[in-house]
Formats: sequence, C-alpha cells, structure tokens
Amino acid sequence: MTALDITVTTPSAGAADHWADELWAAVAAGSESAARAVAFGALNAGVSPESVLLDVIAEVQARVGHAWAANRMTVAQEHAATAVNDRVVTALAHHPAVLDATPRDSRGRVTVSCVDGEWHAFPARLLAQVLSLHGWEVDHLGAQVPTPHLIGRLHRSAPVALALSASLAPRLPAAHTAITAAQAAGVPVLAGGAAFGPDGCYARLLGADGWAGHARGAAEWLADGPPAPVRHQPLDDLPHLADQEYTLVSRSAPRLVGAVMSGLAERVPAVRGYAEVQLQRTAEDIAHIVDFLAAALYTDDRDLFGRFLTWTAGVLTVRAVPAASLLPALDVLRHELRDLPRSVTILDHGRTVVDLLTDPPNVLHQHQHHGNPA
Amino acid sequence: MVPLPTDTPRTTAEPGLTFLGDAPYPVLVLAADGSVVHGSDAAWELIGGPAGVEGGTIAPWLLDAHLRISADRDGRDHDPRPAAVPVRGLLAAGEVEAHPSVRADGTVVWWLVDGADRGLALAVERERWSLLAQLSSLLLSSLNVQRCLETTAQQAAAHLADAAVVISPTSGRVLRFVSCVRGGRPVHGGVRADPAEVPGLAEALRGFPPVPSRWIDPDAAPDWLLPDGLDALGAVSVTPLPGHGVPAGALVLLRGPGHGAFAPSEEVFARLFAARAGAAVSAAVMYSEQAAVTDLLMRELLPPRLEQVNGTDYAGGYRASVDRDRIGGDFYDVHPAADPDGETLAVLGDVCGKGLEAAVLTGKIRNTLHALLPMADDHPRLLTLLNRALLTSHHTRFATMVLASVRRREERVTVRLSAAGHPAPLIVRADGRVEAARTSGSLVGALPETTVESDTVVLAPGEACVLYSDGVTEARGGPLGDAMFGEERLRRVLGECGSTPAEAIVERVLMLASQWVGSGRHDDMAVMVVAAPRSGGLPGDGGRGIDGFAA
Repeated sequence: MTALDITVTTPSAGAADHWADELWAAVAAGSESAARAVAFGALNAGVSPESVLLDVIAEVQARVGHAWAANRMTVAQEHAATAVNDRVVTALAHHPAVLDATPRDSRGRVTVSCVDGEWHAFPARLLAQVLSLHGWEVDHLGAQVPTPHLIGRLHRSAPVALALSASLAPRLPAAHTAITAAQAAGVPVLAGGAAFGPDGCYARLLGADGWAGHARGAAEWLADGPPAPVRHQPLDDLPHLADQEYTLVSRSAPRLVGAVMSGLAERVPAVRGYAEVQLQRTAEDIAHIVDFLAAALYTDDRDLFGRFLTWTAGVLTVRAVPAASLLPALDVLRHELRDLPRSVTILDHGRTVVDLLTDPPNVLHQHQHHGNPA
Repeated sequence: MVPLPTDTPRTTAEPGLTFLGDAPYPVLVLAADGSVVHGSDAAWELIGGPAGVEGGTIAPWLLDAHLRISADRDGRDHDPRPAAVPVRGLLAAGEVEAHPSVRADGTVVWWLVDGADRGLALAVERERWSLLAQLSSLLLSSLNVQRCLETTAQQAAAHLADAAVVISPTSGRVLRFVSCVRGGRPVHGGVRADPAEVPGLAEALRGFPPVPSRWIDPDAAPDWLLPDGLDALGAVSVTPLPGHGVPAGALVLLRGPGHGAFAPSEEVFARLFAARAGAAVSAAVMYSEQAAVTDLLMRELLPPRLEQVNGTDYAGGYRASVDRDRIGGDFYDVHPAADPDGETLAVLGDVCGKGLEAAVLTGKIRNTLHALLPMADDHPRLLTLLNRALLTSHHTRFATMVLASVRRREERVTVRLSAAGHPAPLIVRADGRVEAARTSGSLVGALPETTVESDTVVLAPGEACVLYSDGVTEARGGPLGDAMFGEERLRRVLGECGSTPAEAIVERVLMLASQWVGSGRHDDMAVMVVAAPRSGGLPGDGGRGIDGFAA
C-alpha cells in the first residue's frame, strides 16, 4: 500500500493532454531519455513550464498511482516510473524556457517539506518547482524529514511559510506535531496532500493556517500573504484525545497485529496453511488497518477509516482477493478493542462499508438473474 | 478638611443599623441635615477619627454632595428616591469614591469605596504584566534573530508607542533596524549613519543606561528613524536591549505630536519590555552563530549527492540513527576516475558507534581514502594502509567497509568488490535474481594485519550492485514489533527491483527499512547502488502488490 493519488494535479488543459499521453508512454517504458524529450518538446511547443509540471508530469504521476492500484504496475515499476519522472523534473529546471520563466527577484523564502515518515516526495518536489516559478526562494527539504530537523531549519531560515506535504492519513499525528511546532516558531503552515482529507478537512482540524488542494492553490495562498500563525497546543485542537484510545491503540499496535493474526488463524482455516511470506504480507496489511484505525481515532472521523477500507477493497479486488477477506480481521480487531467505545464505533462503521461493497442489495442480484436478457 | 460643624452632632448608632458594621465597604449613614446617624468603624478610620470619638471631620465635598441630594429630594416629594450619583474626593486615608443610597426616611447611606484609583492602577499593572508574559512567550518560541527583532518592534508599536524601531547591534558602518508602526507589519531597513545622530542611541547600543525621554528633542531625530505611516514626531525614547553580557541592540519608541513625552512609569515599563526582548535576541544570536558553525562542519560530513559517472549510475541514501543530526557512523563516497575508461572507486562503510563522534571518524576515513586513491587498483594494499592509519590515530573505534572499483566496458559494467568486515554486496540481475558477491575480509582499525578476498562481478544493462550497512538488515520492528528486517527480506525486496533505476532501488530499500522500524530506535542505515544503465525496454515484472488476504 504505497501508492496514492497525487492530488497536486488539476484538470488538464486540452493541449497538455496530448503531452501527458506521450510522457506516460515514455515513463511506463522506463525510458528517461524519451521522457525528457517529451517534456522538452512540450516546452518548445509553447506549453508553459507550470503547465508542463502540473498538467503533464503530475498528470502522468497520477496515472502511475492509478496503474499501481489497478494492478497494471508493480510496486517496483511504480518506483521506477517515479524515478524517471523525478529525473525529468530535475532536467526541466535547467531548460531555458524554465529559466526565462523564473523571476530574478525573490519574493521571500518558503520551506517545502514532507511530514516525518512520509515517503511520497514527488508532490512536494513539484510544488517546490512551481513555487520557484512564482518567484519564491524555495528551501526544499524532501521526503521523510524528522520534525526536530524541520523545526531547526525553520528557526535558521525564518521562511514566510512552511508548505507541509503528507499523502497518507497515518502521518497526521506527525503532521500535527510539525504544524504546532512550526507555528510556535512563528511560521504559518500551509498543508497539502491526500492525507489532509477531502477539501482539507484535517488541515483545519489540526489547526493549519491554510490548505491547498494543488500546487496552483498553494501559489495563490502564498501570493495573498499568509496570515500570522495561530499558536496552539495539540490537545487544544483534539479534546477527544483525552480518552486515551488513540494512545492505547497506536502504542499497542504490534501486539494488536499479533492478536489479529492468531485470531485469523482460528477463524479462517486457509490462513493456517499460509507460507511464511504470505503470513508476513497479511501481518503488514493488518498493521495498515491498525494504523488507519489509529488515524481515525486521532481525527475522531470514522469516514477516514471507511475511505481507507473502500480503497483497500478496490486494491484487493483487482488482485483477485475478495474484499470480504477484510471482514474477519475487522471482527477480531473489534473483539480485541471491545472496551474502547470510539474504536468500536469506527470498526462497526468499517464493517458496514465493507459489507456494502461485498454484498450488494439483493434487488440487484434478482435484477441480474431475472431481468430482461435484452 | 474642616472640623465637623457643631450642628451636625454625632449620634449614637441607631440600633437597627448595627448590621452595617459587617458591611464589606466602609459605610456612613447621614441624616437629611448632614448629621451622622451611623458610621461603621472602617468609615471612621477613613474619615480620620477613631470610632465613637468626638472630633472626627466629614470632608466638605462629601457634605456638599449629601446636602445636594437632600435638597433635591425636598424639591420633588413625589419621588422618594432621587437620582444619586457617586462622588469622589479626598479623605484622611486617601481618595475614595462615595456611592449614595437614599432611604425612604430621607437618610442617605454613603458607601465609601476605598482606592478607586488604586483599582485602576492595578488594572494597568495587570495589563502590563500580561503583556510581558505574552511578549515572553512570543519571543521564546523563535530562535531566529530577524523574527525576534520583528516581534519586538511589532509588540512595542502595538503597546508602548505609535511606532517602534529596533536597532540591531552594530557591526560595521551600516545601522540595521526593523521598524513598525502600530497595527502595521515590521519592515527591515538599513542606513549608513552614525548612531550618535539619535540622542542616546550610541550610548544605548554600547549598553549605557538610557537617557530620559524628556532630554531627547524629537526634532533632532534623523529622517531615517521615521517609519512610513508616522509623519512627525512628538516624543522619542531610547532603551538599550540588554543581552547576554553584550548589548543586543536598542529599542527606540516613537510617538506622534500632541501626546507629550514618555512618562517615567512608561520608561520603566519599556525597560522591563526591553529586558525580555534583549534576552530573546541574544539567545537567537547565539543559536544562529552555533548553527552556522555546525552547518559548516556538518557540510563535510553529509553524504554526497550521487549521479551518473562515466556511464554508470550511482545512487545513495542515508538515514541517521539520531534524527536531528542527519549524520552518523555510516558513509559512502564515489571518487570518479580521471579518464572515462578508468576505474571509479565507490566506498560504503560503517564506523562502530553512532552520532556525532562516529561521524567525525567517518570524515577522517573519507579523507584518508581520498589520499590513498592512487593505489585504489590494489584493494588489499589500500585496506592495509588505511588500517595502519586508523591504528595509529587516537580513536579506539574501528570500521567496516566495502570497496567497489567500477569500470564500464561498452554496455557492461565490471565491479571489483572487497568487503572488509562488512556484509557482502547483493547483485540484482535484470530478471530479479539476487546473488551475494563472494567477498569477505577483516575489519579495519582493530587488528595489526588485514586480509581480504575480492570478487569481480559483471553487470549487464539494468543490473545493479547494492552496497548496504548492517543498520538495514539489523533494523528491528515490523508489524509484530520486534522482528529483524534481515537479509532474507532485503533479498526479497531486491528481487522486485530487477531493471529498476538506481535511485528507485535506494529509495525502496530505505523506505521499507524505515517503515519496518517505524518510530522505534534504529542504527544508522546507508544504501548505495551501482547500476549499469538500462538500454531500453520494459522493466521486469518480478514484483507483486499486496496479496496478504488471499484467504
């Protein structure tokens, strides 16, 4: 579960579509030189550098994510495609059209960083490039930035704002820490990336000063002048954390995974016959479920868990694994956490979501069986 | 104060009013003619005579007010309770506010509220202290000098004056400052000027006690001091920012015309304010000086950015055990051959221990290796020399490492590998097969002699040689908490990486190892990949997505 949609894309312009198709072909073939030629071709044909970055490259990166989810690409191929795309972005920075489009005078300094533990570096990379096209002096820290390191950098460079990227919801607690620490250091925070939820609802929840669904939005937010940061403590934003359920679940995550594994072995006979590797992958999948449960507890939003399960069910289904195979794990987990009311509510909601996905209403069945064959 | 008129004799307390002795305020009940019906002990104390003793005085202002109320009441009998407004005046004990309540029988109860002015003073003090507390928390949260100066200017302008200018400690002939008008944003400025142009500024910047505001002629202030938004000056006050032993600059408060000079109490408060700002600015200056030194020293120790050299792809990635440091005991380097057909030396190593101390030794080893490059074609000799150099240094630490001499011939890349006490590199074939290089040897810097057996591997296009430190394979964690990442798992991961670009392999290994440890403790982890570039075609399909729920 390493791929997610890249949310920095916007509906692409018609002209860009053609270039995106070309780039997709080159990237899917893993050919760096072909990919570079396409990107340069687009620039030479007059597509603006920003449009090449966002409507062509980001669009292709989104297709990479979709291809992985749809099992048309392996994890390694996805990494390879991302590496090619990344090299294209690097090469693009030296193209005359990009150099011409970059303002000489700096509007100020902006720090772009991924949350601690976040490995999806590409959206932040694109954002950094787009912001420098808008005249910002960008301090790009990359993926997997430990929060103490990030805050040290903020103290030293005192940027106008911090653009913080996170793709996966389990990174939200780390994002929250980074947001409050940056604000305490006097730096307003703009949150972005899929982790912050549809319409950035978790960015607001965690007290970020702004949210942008895509790189253009981020540039607009910065151009409007970021507000003075709001200083607050993490517990001020999330009073429900006082019930300790998040703490209990995330601290005992490995024990929970172990308990679910042995519970599964009891309930699902097939699991007993699993090979070592298969057992390991199952344990990793359960660990993801526990991670997202913890994130749902942190945000107090059962829909976060529901969306994760919907997505997972889709990923499993295209890999010929029935979504219903999620149910025993949810049941065992619910049994383990039966004394924690919020966890139970979230898990029950998750079960309902999976039930709906795996067991469509009977009407539909009848319709299919007895309907007009036409 | 006048003696009590003889026609207002003090009467003994009316029995029904004795409860007033317990009233929270001093209270005086006067008859319509002004004679005292009752006075609580506290009231007599205020008035200046002990309770029940003849000769106390009632101040004329209070008597006047009382008689006015009585006269008013006589004039309109239909309303037994004429409007009664509080009056203020001086009694023996100080200023009081007297609140009348008119009773139906025409007597008036006077509630004497002591020190109404003191309440106001208290409110002012409270406001000032909460302002200082607020300023402290604003300033303490930033370790950036410019931010601290901005916060000081902004807060001073908001609470102490119409505008404020914070002058940085001087270095050179240019005066740097941050100015802010009330409600505005702080603006940075610089001017080539003598601080002595502003009376008291030169002294303040050198830490001398401030010159009283009333001695400073606002008309003498130079134009650069006047921020945009403030047209003329009515008063100027200069306060030094006391730092940690050295002055941290000066705070200049500006007031527009028509408000008069800064009062002494305001200047005292400005000094309290400046003390906090000065401490914060000093701390920030110290931090940024230290950080600059650390950054400079760290730059040499950070792993280098790798790229293609002489037709071979190199990529490296590193994760330090101490998150804050970003450096540690693992290192890697690529020393390109002088000519494109020559041998490039790539090294990945691991110094025993972690943190800054280990990092310092990696720096020495990297420098020594650099000096030994001329004999890079002879790995055993190079390791022997390095071993001697480490044994004779005062460090007690030892190191393990892999040397890789890389040469490209046409499409293929030949790699001569020597592992000195280090895990053998793994070779990833284009079809996803993973093999360990057959090289082993003793570690460096511990024993008098070193031995090593080298191995030579040939990489076809799309194939890669993966060098890693044991921090990767010995990472503990995983979904169940305390399993080792292990070489088996690493081989399985690499098995999915046939024909994958070098950076993608590095990223995948480091990502999985990092996710494996989660938030747990771990050793330094380093990965370097030497790869023969792919000539074209699709990457091999050796991987799988998630399939754990195949029930």
